[in-house]
Amino acid sequence: MARFVASQEFRPYVKIHEYQAKSVLARFGVPVPRGEVISNPAEAPAVAERLGTSVVVVKAQIHAGGRGKGGGVKLAKSPDEAERIARQMIGMTLVTHQTGPEGRKVQRVLIEEGLQIERELYLSLLIDRAAGRPVIIASAAGGMDIEEVAAKEPGKILREHVDPATGVLPFQARKLAFAMGLDAGPAGKMVKVLDAIYKAFIETDASLVEINPLILTKGGDLIALDAKVTVDDNALYRHHDIREFRDLSEEDPLEVEASKFSLNYIRLDGNIGCMVNGAGLAMATMDIIKLAGGEPANFLDVGGGANAEQIKNAFRILMADKNVKAVFINIFGGILRCDVLAAGVIAAVKELGVPVPIVIRMEGTNVEEGKRMLRESKLNFTTADSMNEGAERVVALAASEVRA
Amino acid sequence: MAVLLDKNTRLIVQGLTGREGTFHAKQAAAYGTNVVGGVTPGKGGTTHEGWPVFNSVHDAIKETGANATVIFVPPPFAADAVMEATDAGIPLAVCITEGIPVVDMLRAFTFMKEKKTRLVGPNCPGVITAGQAKAGIIPGHILREGRVGIVSKSGTLTYEAIHQLSKVGMGQTTCIGIGGDPLIGTTHIDALELFGNDPDTDAVIMIGEIGGTAEQEAAAWIKQNFSKPVVGFIAGQTAPPGRRMGHAGAIIAGGQGTAAEKMEALTKAGVHVVKSPADMGAKMREVLG
Repeated sequence: MARFVASQEFRPYVKIHEYQAKSVLARFGVPVPRGEVISNPAEAPAVAERLGTSVVVVKAQIHAGGRGKGGGVKLAKSPDEAERIARQMIGMTLVTHQTGPEGRKVQRVLIEEGLQIERELYLSLLIDRAAGRPVIIASAAGGMDIEEVAAKEPGKILREHVDPATGVLPFQARKLAFAMGLDAGPAGKMVKVLDAIYKAFIETDASLVEINPLILTKGGDLIALDAKVTVDDNALYRHHDIREFRDLSEEDPLEVEASKFSLNYIRLDGNIGCMVNGAGLAMATMDIIKLAGGEPANFLDVGGGANAEQIKNAFRILMADKNVKAVFINIFGGILRCDVLAAGVIAAVKELGVPVPIVIRMEGTNVEEGKRMLRESKLNFTTADSMNEGAERVVALAASEVRA
Repeated sequence: MAVLLDKNTRLIVQGLTGREGTFHAKQAAAYGTNVVGGVTPGKGGTTHEGWPVFNSVHDAIKETGANATVIFVPPPFAADAVMEATDAGIPLAVCITEGIPVVDMLRAFTFMKEKKTRLVGPNCPGVITAGQAKAGIIPGHILREGRVGIVSKSGTLTYEAIHQLSKVGMGQTTCIGIGGDPLIGTTHIDALELFGNDPDTDAVIMIGEIGGTAEQEAAAWIKQNFSKPVVGFIAGQTAPPGRRMGHAGAIIAGGQGTAAEKMEALTKAGVHVVKSPADMGAKMREVLG
């Protein structure tokens, strides 16, 4: 059974657009189509003329796959048509199976030369955790959703591990190329393409490079027709160029705000706001809310070293989500002491005037002092002695708020 | 006996002179750990909080006879610190640092191959043996000596498990936080193997997370090789697909790596899987009687 899903194995904070991914890959020698990106449709005809092919391709630039089906990739047979299409696309809200129902607003389009396609292949490179090595995933079934290929025809998925000490060896690239049914000429080109992709992967600290499709042209060349690169956010400090690529308009505004304060926040659809320390406990807290019959409004890990200021910022972000009807604070005080947490919560509630019920369950270092502070604050907190009790109470409170 | 750390541990701290290193070295010493010194390149020959500081792990081992190191070095330099410890031949390296680029760890693991150092972490809360020694950030005062081992990807969820055991009157041998990164040195299976061979450990709580397939691999291994009772919990049962939840590893990857799959694999391997994170301690009490 295929043990990977290339597009989701990692979901790092910074994704980049297709045109940016192609510029990065081209820097390492991966062949990409000629093209230019524009945000003003009036520039389209000039770009089409510069490209000079009888057909050009206009591609909406958003951080989501499935653009073709959603109307975000179109062919233009003349410079005028390129402009018409660009005019339709720029400003439109594109909905694909990866954007959610709200879709994404298209700000830019990439206009590329038309190419004569002989075959479409699939290539990606990512880390195989179990093997502790990078792995190349390849398939002759390019241009399709690779998860679908993996589910329906797992035999069509090829895998080749890369030894970090050597990089991709020529015989490995040839092996994959022949297995995908390529002839000797293109197989030789595959050696260069994979070498370039691997170098780009390592040098840019990518967590995923996915080329789907990699096309074989009628002229026998291999070209990355589409490209997706996601970068390990832990390594962004050494990639100023890629950091510049970050497109905040593609991210949830609350998540962007949270990241400024080193809070790990992910917005969800429920109505119970959660504030927890530690990613594992935060996930477990969401689980227990669901077991108690409620729906979490978010994942929020305030981290191990949170101070009063952090707690306040966390509250502000939690409460900016208007769906939140009740808040569950679940903290196991290790390094973060319960009294510090209590002081932070009290200060935040006094300053921000939090209008919904708050259930607090805390345990660990200085818990008695923390509980005393909450009691003496005379603010309207509900305290719980266990996770279970806390979850049940907050679910009941959220339900009564919804009715009220 | 316990595993990894005990009264014979001689611990050094890489990054001793930093804020985190200093704080946790003191905490470890207060817990009774024999902290014998630290490493901060460029500060060799000085002392810090009464401990000798060395320029390199090699020097520190030569002078102090250290047999374990805990690493509190900032992310850009942490993989190098791991490799240095490995090169010096120290038996145990525990790397607490969060946020190390994966490519750096890829290089470190390539370097460590065939060498004798065991790495725990990175991005983990560390290791603690109840009443004996600790390397990392797990608060010592919540533990009590007993006969249950804990292995976990998550820090605060480990504390939760310890606390629940204490509430039902059970203590711990050793708690191992293995970390949630995509590439880690000690896996669930490695930790289980250690507990399996430890006569003082009667049973194990194993805490996993969504993402990857480490828990499924552990399940297969348990079925073949592990006879002590295991209570298991998987965090992230309700996580929406494809969203990152703090640890780079904790992502549902399509039909692979979901909590449901992991729970099923573990249940089939005879693990006592609890759905609620609040039930870990009670389940262990029930299992051990």
